[in-house]
Amino acid sequence: MSYLEYNTKYVPTGLRKLLHLNWPIILLLCAVACAGFLMLYSVAGGSMTPWVEPQMQRFAFGLVLMLIVAMVPIWFWRNMAFVAYGGSLLLLLGVEFFGEVRMGAQRWIDLGFMRLQPSELTKITMVMFLAAYYDWLPNKKTSHPFWVVLPVLFILTPTMLVLNQPDLGTALLLLLGGATVMFLAGVHWAYFATVVGAGVAGIMAVFQSRGTTWQLLKDYQYRRIDTFLDPANDPLGAGYHITQAKIALGSGGWTGRGFMQGTQSRLNFLPEKHTDFIFTTLAEEFGFVGAFTLLVLYLLIVIFCIISALGNRDRFASLLTLGIAMTFFLFFAVNMAMVTGLAPVVGVPLPLVSYGGSAMLVLLVAFGLVQSAHIHRPR
Amino acid sequence: MKRPPKDVIESVRTVSRRALVMGGVQLGVIGALGWRLQSMQVEQADQFRLLAEENRINIRLLPPARGLIFDRNGIAIADNEQNYRVVMVREDAGDVGEVLAKLTEIVDIDPDDLSRAMEEMQRRSPFVPVTIADRLSWEDVAEINLNTPALPGIQAEVGLSRVYPWGADLAHVVGYVGPVSDFDLSRIDDPDPLLQIPKFQIGKTGAENKLEQTLRGSAGTRRIEVNAAGRIMRELDRQEGDPGKDIQLTLDSRLQSYVQARMDGESAGAVVIDLENGDLRAIASAPAFDPNLFVRGISVPDWTALNEDKYRPLAAKAVQGTYPPGSTFKMVTLMAAMEEGFVTADETVYCPGFTDVFNIRFHCWKRGGHGNINLHESLKQSCDCYYYEIAQRVGIDKMAEMARKLGLGVRHDLPLSAVAEGLAPDKEWKARVRGEDWRIGDTVNASIGQGYVLSSPLQLAVMSARIATGRVVTPRLIRLVDGVEQPSGLGESLGINENTLRRVRASMEDVCNHRRGTAYGSRIVDEAHKMAGKTGTSQVRRITPEERAAGVTKNEDLPWERRDHALFVGYAPYDNPRYAVSVVVEHGGGGSRAAAPIARDILLQAQYGGPPPLEAYPAGVRDKIAEQQRRIAARVPPGAKGRSRA
Repeated sequence: MSYLEYNTKYVPTGLRKLLHLNWPIILLLCAVACAGFLMLYSVAGGSMTPWVEPQMQRFAFGLVLMLIVAMVPIWFWRNMAFVAYGGSLLLLLGVEFFGEVRMGAQRWIDLGFMRLQPSELTKITMVMFLAAYYDWLPNKKTSHPFWVVLPVLFILTPTMLVLNQPDLGTALLLLLGGATVMFLAGVHWAYFATVVGAGVAGIMAVFQSRGTTWQLLKDYQYRRIDTFLDPANDPLGAGYHITQAKIALGSGGWTGRGFMQGTQSRLNFLPEKHTDFIFTTLAEEFGFVGAFTLLVLYLLIVIFCIISALGNRDRFASLLTLGIAMTFFLFFAVNMAMVTGLAPVVGVPLPLVSYGGSAMLVLLVAFGLVQSAHIHRPR
Repeated sequence: MKRPPKDVIESVRTVSRRALVMGGVQLGVIGALGWRLQSMQVEQADQFRLLAEENRINIRLLPPARGLIFDRNGIAIADNEQNYRVVMVREDAGDVGEVLAKLTEIVDIDPDDLSRAMEEMQRRSPFVPVTIADRLSWEDVAEINLNTPALPGIQAEVGLSRVYPWGADLAHVVGYVGPVSDFDLSRIDDPDPLLQIPKFQIGKTGAENKLEQTLRGSAGTRRIEVNAAGRIMRELDRQEGDPGKDIQLTLDSRLQSYVQARMDGESAGAVVIDLENGDLRAIASAPAFDPNLFVRGISVPDWTALNEDKYRPLAAKAVQGTYPPGSTFKMVTLMAAMEEGFVTADETVYCPGFTDVFNIRFHCWKRGGHGNINLHESLKQSCDCYYYEIAQRVGIDKMAEMARKLGLGVRHDLPLSAVAEGLAPDKEWKARVRGEDWRIGDTVNASIGQGYVLSSPLQLAVMSARIATGRVVTPRLIRLVDGVEQPSGLGESLGINENTLRRVRASMEDVCNHRRGTAYGSRIVDEAHKMAGKTGTSQVRRITPEERAAGVTKNEDLPWERRDHALFVGYAPYDNPRYAVSVVVEHGGGGSRAAAPIARDILLQAQYGGPPPLEAYPAGVRDKIAEQQRRIAARVPPGAKGRSRA
């Protein structure tokens, strides 16, 4: 029902769509993925197994999936948004009851051929659904309280389910990703200001109350928060990992210690060196130059997405593209902030570089949606 | 339903505006991340690099070989011995129980050690070598090496451990080493990282303790790369430390061994000083203990036995025991009086067998008295009354001054544990320590080396050496440190009138060589090796007037603890002194009977550099001496198995 449907005659068809793909984004994605292969090869001690090969296969599969998604007209995806969102919620509920417990959290659901993390999927389907919602909603109702509360519920439902797994990192990404789409759609500033203000006030109240008669949390909860915010308080437990990660990162210097020469990763001082903390290995072995280059590659992907969205007059397409760009941004920004000690460790992988199937496939499908929006933009 | 274009334009405008805001925020975040990377990787890189190196590199200390101690002839008295131990690496062993079972078939291993090792292996990482058995013989190690294929994970390692080839003979001088204890660490202020090594051995007593810094050497280091689990990946480099410096003592271990053997069965101390340079040729304390027991860790029964022995084997009596010097102190009294001009050679004092001083009666050892007695005879016959008289003339302060001049009541600086200061009392001392006035009776008592006077065998030997030479002889125990000769102990003149010295020496000569001298029974007849000296018998009990009236109980009838100490100081040859000696036999009875024969034998042994011919002894005692020499020769000198320096 959008503007788009009336201008389909200008949209490329068949194989000509390939020519209209957003190629810079694809090339940047490949570059980042290659950096990932390189690092996985290094942390495996110079071996294709156990990580590089499966990661390459998954990336190839993901690329194909991306192209298929890209070929499908964007209005189809818009119509599917509600189904996708509903399906994700059902899967999250499924995890809640039937999911596998691994590493202390209930996140995975076994599909037979692969283990899926529905929370990863939800990051995209929720953005899709919110974009479709604002596409459907007349502009002037955007800031109407009722039409604001509704999407807030759409965001909070999966967030709560994910938080219950527990997976703080993904919950944070869902919350921020959803809020970004609402912000982009034009919800009034005042709402955001209120929420942020209330949040800050609440946090301050919790901390101010400490040690007073009206203390809001129990003592042990405060201690837990302390450790969470400053792992140095617990140098042998939570603090050990972040301390070692910072040492690895810092010791890289300008140009790094050389490929496969990082002592922190090679001698196993680094935790989770093939997943969440892979950035530290890269920073150790390739130094500031390598780490900053990767940061620039990520930034370029986001910039190309924003450019594509700005050039797209379709409300659903641009909101979707920007929402996905934001989700992607949150992924790597939170991960990097975490490993550089700027943010507490919440368990967010480095997109396309960390070893892991669900996140990579979901991200590539999401970029498929971005491509589809790009190809089928109104001309 | 068609959306009006106006709505679309407005929507696109809003989205674009807010997208730019979003992009701005993202740029800000990326800027922050970039700044963070820059500050960590560029500004603080050195700091983090250091931390990474600290993580990766472990510095292991290589303990240096401890310096050896030799005697004056280059014979080792504290040596390092190769010591074999068997270690096991769990991850290489496969079935730990089976391998250990095979190992126990090959060598005897204490079941306690075995279970302790098993426990330790379970507790530690699988790649850490755990010691199974220590101090194995070379044969055992050879056997293990032969069976290496059947014993996976088992390795023989070699280390050094301290050994004292002379055993008990030099125990008090050399001391012993033992593992650093928490008590040691709390007591000594020594930042040497070697002390942190578990079971690192440091000197605990004697020269081992006092010369610790010289003997220890400095640690070498080995830098190794370890992974996060602590497994050693490779050795990066190795820097050998400096081994401890060797020390040569002035002791003659053969003479020392002889003195120990000669004093066997007594509780005694003896010191021999070389008058050429103050070298201590022997510092013997009997009974002694085997220091090797302590190196291995002494067992509780052994420890209890040593501690409860009433002869106190752990005490270094020669330097740390203090005794009333008895009549050996008479030289001090006499020389003080002569130097101050209170007595001349011709003057006689009448000895009725006692002297009354303010209603207190002081007895001479000879009940009937010596009659009229002059200076020369007073020392030779050891008349007490003579000294009661002249001491009252000269006063205690001059006597104490002379005592300190001769080396009594002062601490001689030797690298040994607890060198006693002794006591040469004077008025100031009594006022300070006792808070009482000095009484004339105290002076009378001190004149014959009783009362407050205390001295160690070392101090008595120094006194003897200083009288014999007239010079400041300082005892010297260390001859060479790392090949460097230490200063001689022979100093300048004492500043005592030559006439005084000559008269005292002449009298001491007659003590041993005149028919009426107190040590005539222990004379040396060989003209070139004759000795001079002075006997002493010091009371450890007070004889009450009632006892005296009833007849003084003979020493032999008293319990050992209440018998008199027997003392002798002397030197030889009398006309050209080379060696000075002192002997104290605790509760040995009379000095002439118990101490003088020992001193005579020691001086002969020192002068001949081995067993003297029987002709050196008076004819009457030769049979007894021959028997004694056979007995001592039959005793296997423990140092025979030690090595000597080329």
